Amino acid sequence: MKDSSILFPGAPADDGKDQPTPPAIEQPAPQDRRTAGRVRDWVARHPALAAFPFVLSASLLLWEALVRWQDYPVFILPRPGHVLQKTLTMAADGTLLRHTQATATEIGAGLLIGLTLAFLLGYWLGRSRTLDRILSPYLVASQTIPVVAIAPLLVIWFGSGLLSKVLVTTIMVFFPTLVSTVVGIRNVDADLRELMRSLRATRRQFFLKLELPAALPVIFGGLKLSVILAVVGAIVGEFVGADVGLGFLINLGRGVLDTPMIFVAVLMIVLLAQSMYWSLTLLESYLLRWKQLDLKGGD
Amino acid sequence: MTEPLLQAHNVSHTYSRRNRVTPALADVSLSLQQHEFVCVVGDSGSGKSTLLRILGGLLTPTTGQVQFRGNPVRSPQPQIGFVFQNTNLMPWRTALENVLLPLELHKPPDSQDRERAHAALALMGLEKFADAYPSQLSGGMAQRVTLTRALLPNPALLLMDEPFGALDALTRERLNQELLRLCRDRKQTALMITHSIQEAVFLADRVLVLSGQPGTLQGLIPINLPRPRTLDMLTWPQAGALISQIRACLATGAEEAVHQ
Repeated sequence: MKDSSILFPGAPADDGKDQPTPPAIEQPAPQDRRTAGRVRDWVARHPALAAFPFVLSASLLLWEALVRWQDYPVFILPRPGHVLQKTLTMAADGTLLRHTQATATEIGAGLLIGLTLAFLLGYWLGRSRTLDRILSPYLVASQTIPVVAIAPLLVIWFGSGLLSKVLVTTIMVFFPTLVSTVVGIRNVDADLRELMRSLRATRRQFFLKLELPAALPVIFGGLKLSVILAVVGAIVGEFVGADVGLGFLINLGRGVLDTPMIFVAVLMIVLLAQSMYWSLTLLESYLLRWKQLDLKGGD
Repeated sequence: MTEPLLQAHNVSHTYSRRNRVTPALADVSLSLQQHEFVCVVGDSGSGKSTLLRILGGLLTPTTGQVQFRGNPVRSPQPQIGFVFQNTNLMPWRTALENVLLPLELHKPPDSQDRERAHAALALMGLEKFADAYPSQLSGGMAQRVTLTRALLPNPALLLMDEPFGALDALTRERLNQELLRLCRDRKQTALMITHSIQEAVFLADRVLVLSGQPGTLQGLIPINLPRPRTLDMLTWPQAGALISQIRACLATGAEEAVHQ
């Protein structure tokens, strides 16, 4: 399939045909271009964004219709209107912000620690095959333990405060980024390594000018998985024991049969994950803009 | 005769990997004068690339020594530039940024460096492609960028390992002519590895023939065709004689290898 994928914007895609970028010379857009043509261009370039309003309203309509048709009570399936109302009340009295902030903090701290460790160890393992052979079995074994199973242990050891959630998140985000860093560093072109050697590059220059930019496309793959898993980690940690956070809200909502509150919490979780994922994708398409051109010049 | 720019004394190299020992180069001695263009011709497996890497300090020979301006070469030298067969451009850098890389590793490039790089690219007919990424360049253009990159720091010696080997015959011919022009204008000392006898005769002042396994020097053939060279000269009887002489030289080496 030769299609531009949202998950993998770096992959060879039809984007190249949509945005032919002539080397060196920027083509000034003709000024008499009609608005209709511009809208069509925009839609062609961002089909997902253009379709979003339609997908959203269609799902909301379906949801509303389902509730009306089956006449569900609110604690089974609230209407979209109920959820919106609940969102507004929770936003007004500050609960929404407080709980979202708590979860976001856990995610942020977990990512910071987990990704730092993953980069450092990944770089080290990528550089040394021996070390990789020694450590890999343990790293793989550690991943076979479901995080859900050790989360209660972490809460017992580190309390039901911020720390245990941060640790669960750290464990979740660590592995994908570790693996992608190892693969990325290991796949740095041997010819480019020789070039850097012939130019008498220092260790620091090897890292900054060669290894980092060369490994970045692979590392981004792992990073994207990691940010999604970070959200899962924080929520799992909160399920096990917490008094604040979106995962706690879901637990609370289940206890008191406040289903609209569960919906609000889930929506916030999705929003958090989406915003992180798309920021990362934007960053990726900016940093790896060289990957998106595959126009060959003549000789 | 002045002191040679580069000298190799009885250089031998053996690759050893997990109990298996592969001799690649045996007892090669050569010298390179200032402003000289030397080609090394040999079959695949005769240790041509090994020789080039040893001369450039990328590889330490098992025995023997290389001297650059009288000093032993044990690591890559700032005064030696390389062009390899694989176009080793960094795909995330534009042509201009790739060309600037060698300078950048020593100090952040200023506007003067940029101008110089622009001019150098223009000299290779690439002024319109300075901001293009390697994926947007054809093989010939990419190899011109690597040549520009190697020449920008003004190396005293240019070492080339089949620089145009991966290109089609026509592009290759054109680039060889450009290379000759560049080397003449800059009085560039250069050593080039090739497996094309015609290419060697067209470019070189002297041709070294490397043959056998491990590779040994089979002969040293001065090319006394006048300069500036034209492609026409390759049809001269004089050139024909040189070509058959080199071919014969290659054949004796190959025979010896079989008899051993």
